[in-house]
Amino acid sequence: MRILIVGGGMGGTILANNLARRLAAEMRNGKARLTILSASDRHMYQPGLLYLAFGRMTPDELYREQASLLEPGIEFYVDPVDEFRLDKNEVKTKSGKTYGYDIIVIATGSRPSPQDIPGLAEHAEQFYTEESALKMFKRLREFQGGKVVIAMGVPHKCPMAPLEIVFMLHDYFKDRGIRDKVKLHYTYPIGRVHTLENVAKWAAPEMERLGITYETLFNLKEVDGGKKIIRSEEGGETDYDLLVTIPAHRGMEVIEKNGLGQRGWIPTHRHRLTMEGRDNVFVLGDTTNLPISKAGSTAHFEAETLGENIAAIVKLGTPVRDYDGKVFCFIEAGKDRATYAMFDYLNPPQPRPPTKVVHWFKLAYNQMYWATARGLL
Amino acid sequence: MTRKVIDARGSFCPGPLMELIAAMKMVEVGDEIEILSSDRGSSTDIPEWIHKVKHEHLGTEERNGVWHVLVKKTH
Repeated sequence: MRILIVGGGMGGTILANNLARRLAAEMRNGKARLTILSASDRHMYQPGLLYLAFGRMTPDELYREQASLLEPGIEFYVDPVDEFRLDKNEVKTKSGKTYGYDIIVIATGSRPSPQDIPGLAEHAEQFYTEESALKMFKRLREFQGGKVVIAMGVPHKCPMAPLEIVFMLHDYFKDRGIRDKVKLHYTYPIGRVHTLENVAKWAAPEMERLGITYETLFNLKEVDGGKKIIRSEEGGETDYDLLVTIPAHRGMEVIEKNGLGQRGWIPTHRHRLTMEGRDNVFVLGDTTNLPISKAGSTAHFEAETLGENIAAIVKLGTPVRDYDGKVFCFIEAGKDRATYAMFDYLNPPQPRPPTKVVHWFKLAYNQMYWATARGLL
Repeated sequence: MTRKVIDARGSFCPGPLMELIAAMKMVEVGDEIEILSSDRGSSTDIPEWIHKVKHEHLGTEERNGVWHVLVKKTH
């Protein structure tokens, strides 16, 4: 059984290691072969980008060598896929090689797409890449006062990021002694300050307590960098001195180019995690079209389900369980306190008030993540 | 004119309305979108947004605890 994983990010790496442990015997005796293709020889811990933007992590802390994270027996190549030939059960890579498979897992992730909004890429700061996070760090250091506006596009990965960034900005400027010179204004696409109702119920009074103004039903439409105004689909507009965005995302270009899904979102069965119409094509992580959070924990829990299922297909000929929609997200509520939201398809989150302990656990998890990537935690 | 169905049952985050906002970018003017939601709130917050951005709310129906909200992209 040839298992091919496309994508060396969180989901693909966790799955590869999970399968390598479950199928160790089969891989040794040649009954199973596990290959992972990635666009990079490095693995990035993406949640670290938020801390990078505030100078609380340095770029080197975000990366490990991908090969160092993988179990023995996994064949790993830095050779991104260029063509998906699903009818032939093969892919062609940029180097020109062809990889055949019996089972393929597409875990290519997503990318910020600020260019989809006129003026956004040129005039807004964001922290979804190393380069942009470092640029934002410098811009924040130089900022001496004025109106900071947070605006976002849909969909985006890390749905907690809007709240995390506004609360961290509050503490950042407070620590610099200029919070009284900074007006923080938060905008959000739906009719409350966060899509999770219980999170919004906690966050709105917290914003009011901290002197953060907010405007809901604000879907970013365009940025007028000359006048320093942003306009919304709903007919609203607000001025800014510094614009911070959580941009709308797309799946990877290769997914769009190969016609696997509009905007790079692959139609995926919500429980089986199969691509619609294809029983031997699995999809996990950001690149699914599932109505769940595009978050690392989603990829993590999906990978655990798929690890169990693909191993069962090899050993028993059939998958054994469904993905239940489980997601777990930390929410940093400032520089030294945090809470979390845990939910699935049936059970909404019930977040508790933020505490220092949860914040310390998040900081600890920033280091423990590497054990997750190795399929151990 | 095509009709796109978004099954957002059990979607807490990003939630049915955010799914609709994202889907609006992927359909053509004149297309319809039917959102399935297990959240009663969708029967009010989706039409509220649709009216604000001047698309058309074609109707809402509840069947066996699932709200079916039908909208049309008008511009």
